[in-house]
Amino acid sequence: MAKITFVTSDDIKTTVEATTGNIMELAVQNKIKGIDGNCGGVCSCATCHVHVQPEDWSKIGEPSELEKDMLEFDENVSEYSRLSCQIKVSDAIDGIVLKVAN
Amino acid sequence: MSSNTSNLTCVVIGASHAGVNFAFALRGQGWEGRIMMFDSDPEFPYHRPPLSKKYLTIASQEDTQHDVLFPKENYETDNIILSLGKNVTNINRKTKSIFLSDGSVQRYDKLILATGARAFIPPIKGIENATNIFSIRNAQDAIDIKNAIKDSLRKRVVIIGGGYIGLETAASLKKIGAEVTVLEREERVLSRVTAPEMSVFFTELHSQNNVSILVNKNVVSINSLHAGSEVICDDNTSFKADILIIGVGVKVNTELAEQAGLEIDNGIKVDASGKTSDDDIYSIGDCTYHFNPSYRRFIRLESVQNAVDQAKVAAAAVCGKAATYDTIPWFWSDQYDVKLQMVGLSQGYTETIKRIEPDKEKCMSVWYFKDDKLLAVDAVNNAKAYVLGTRFIQNKQKIDKSKLADVSIPIKPTSFL
Repeated sequence: MAKITFVTSDDIKTTVEATTGNIMELAVQNKIKGIDGNCGGVCSCATCHVHVQPEDWSKIGEPSELEKDMLEFDENVSEYSRLSCQIKVSDAIDGIVLKVAN
Repeated sequence: MSSNTSNLTCVVIGASHAGVNFAFALRGQGWEGRIMMFDSDPEFPYHRPPLSKKYLTIASQEDTQHDVLFPKENYETDNIILSLGKNVTNINRKTKSIFLSDGSVQRYDKLILATGARAFIPPIKGIENATNIFSIRNAQDAIDIKNAIKDSLRKRVVIIGGGYIGLETAASLKKIGAEVTVLEREERVLSRVTAPEMSVFFTELHSQNNVSILVNKNVVSINSLHAGSEVICDDNTSFKADILIIGVGVKVNTELAEQAGLEIDNGIKVDASGKTSDDDIYSIGDCTYHFNPSYRRFIRLESVQNAVDQAKVAAAAVCGKAATYDTIPWFWSDQYDVKLQMVGLSQGYTETIKRIEPDKEKCMSVWYFKDDKLLAVDAVNNAKAYVLGTRFIQNKQKIDKSKLADVSIPIKPTSFL
């Protein structure tokens, strides 16, 4: 079980709980504004871009090369950018806060 | 919301990417009235791109619940009424009603046609008698194909059509142990959508994976054998198939719109907001013929991006808000270990520039220009080219082609200006 907090670009905070799946699916289910996940989670579209808090970065781990390449030239990229479809829900990420990039 | 909608009913025909995203976007825009969705597919609305990819390669009993577009609770929370396995037979615009094959009638105030397209079955002699013949359009098709492969001893698959669906299916079925032959009528695969460089790349990719791709193969007849079929081409070559897959494009589901007297032109003709020639009827997704401002022409697109983005625009418009559909189209295709990402529309290009990145395996891109204007980019295992290509097209940036062609210059936002 993990509690995840999303913060949208208009500063609305939503905390949700999940046990399985990925963060993009969780956001879509909870209608988090700015996370669309149009490609269904295959790292093809960058419509699920989030910024991780620096202190949570080590809990989530590094993006794959493909994901890095998708993000590097994104207009809203930061050093803590991730595509949320590539982050699996697990106990290890309990309590993380994610800022929606778009 | 510009007016009170609580007593109104919005009916959506078609519950796939376009219809479902529309329904949720409509609630999001503040529609307070009823939202009712109808679809002949009995399956709970799901993502379709995996049909030719993941769904074919996972074990049948494996849980695919993560592939629903939205979970059931969301429909309940947003009070979206789903009627699945229901066929709509006609529309009466005068009485603003739709009629279903079970005899029921549903009134509407606003009607959305998200009727999509179906697989085109070419008029090949003997095709109507062929057994174990499939197209790939819905979840049941993927299940049927998997079962047919499982039950087949020799698993010889012949795929008619070397487009994205045909090639993705070839890659997926190869993965589950089939012997696959792709028959393409034109002189190269993907000929309608990509430059020859891309066709060469994908033909080689499939060859490396022991999938046989044969071009200039015009299938003229199919003979049913006591088990499977024999596929005969006009050059007198023939191929034995235990399983036949048809992937030669689509037929747009315009019948309801035609019967209702709406304007049709290579699809259901809509304005920039998704509105048809009837003020109370909108259309979205694969079935629409719409104007693309970036390319300044009417187009019809078969893609998730188009379905989702058009749905959002139409939802705003139905709620009385000004909205215009103007998105650079994007697509993707996954085959083996290759991710192809495409942005823009390459039709009408006068020149291509191909880049093979020196430091990465199977990493290339083809950039399509019309004179000096960048129209589209096809990127193979090259997300940077895809992301930057998108930005260049959107910003109408002028690119120095000689720099672009020089692979010693890495792909960066400013390196080709």
